[in-house]
Amino acid sequence: MFLETIPDTSGYMIAGYAISFITMGIYAASLYIRHNNLKRDLEILEALEEKTKKK
Amino acid sequence: MQTKPTALKILDVVSLILLGISTYLALFFAPTEAVMGDVQRVFYFHIGTAWVGLLGFVIAAVAGIVYLITKDMRWDRFEVAAVEVSTVFFFITIVLGSIWARPAWNTWWTWDPRLTTAAITELIYIAYFMLRQGIEDPEKRARFGAVYTLLGGLSAPLTFMVIRLFRTIHPVVIGNASAAAEGGFSMTPDMRTAFFFALFAFTVIFVDMIWHRLRLGALEEKVEQLKLNTSL
Repeated sequence: MFLETIPDTSGYMIAGYAISFITMGIYAASLYIRHNNLKRDLEILEALEEKTKKK
Repeated sequence: MQTKPTALKILDVVSLILLGISTYLALFFAPTEAVMGDVQRVFYFHIGTAWVGLLGFVIAAVAGIVYLITKDMRWDRFEVAAVEVSTVFFFITIVLGSIWARPAWNTWWTWDPRLTTAAITELIYIAYFMLRQGIEDPEKRARFGAVYTLLGGLSAPLTFMVIRLFRTIHPVVIGNASAAAEGGFSMTPDMRTAFFFALFAFTVIFVDMIWHRLRLGALEEKVEQLKLNTSL
């Protein structure tokens, strides 16, 4: 028996691409957020260090 | 404060464009596979992410060796960047493989040699971050990381070769297929175009993400150093 029509597996394809983009998006966002948090920490620590130097 | 280099900004834009083109080629340009239908299209991203995933694990092992020789912390930063980015991409590889397996093999997961080695590889590198977090001394942590990635790096070539060495149901698209493989197919010229473009696009995206992660690592080190200074 031969397959006459191509099976509809588009739902799986959409799910696959959606997960790929969501995962890459979350990772890119995590890099951005962590970078911003560290920049803020650095500013605070530099200000603290300056303060202790003055004392 | 370090600003984002122009070259990195350009690489960000190029990466996004390449990702867009690769998606277009995979979804619209490549023909629909006759037996599996549209789900076969996940193959392009599956291989693209697997390529950079395994490449990153090997790069991390090399960076680990260089760190052990030079004791230069920049190599530790590079190793962490390679492992982190690769772990994300390899996670996508495994999920896409599972999604493809559902209609092709009628199951989401099976303990086939390829799937098993891929899952072990991913777990090895998730554990890498958990174990690193438990070590406070930066030098000790770097030394541990280097040895760990060196040993863990063996899992990457093993994962790649396992479908060529053992009887497995995972298809081998390039090279000789296992007699037990299910879901294999021959690529048409348009499929090859989408396939090789995806490999290229993911390589560029990988480099872009590594660069971002390296900058983050440098900042982490600076903050850690300042924290140590202020606590003294």
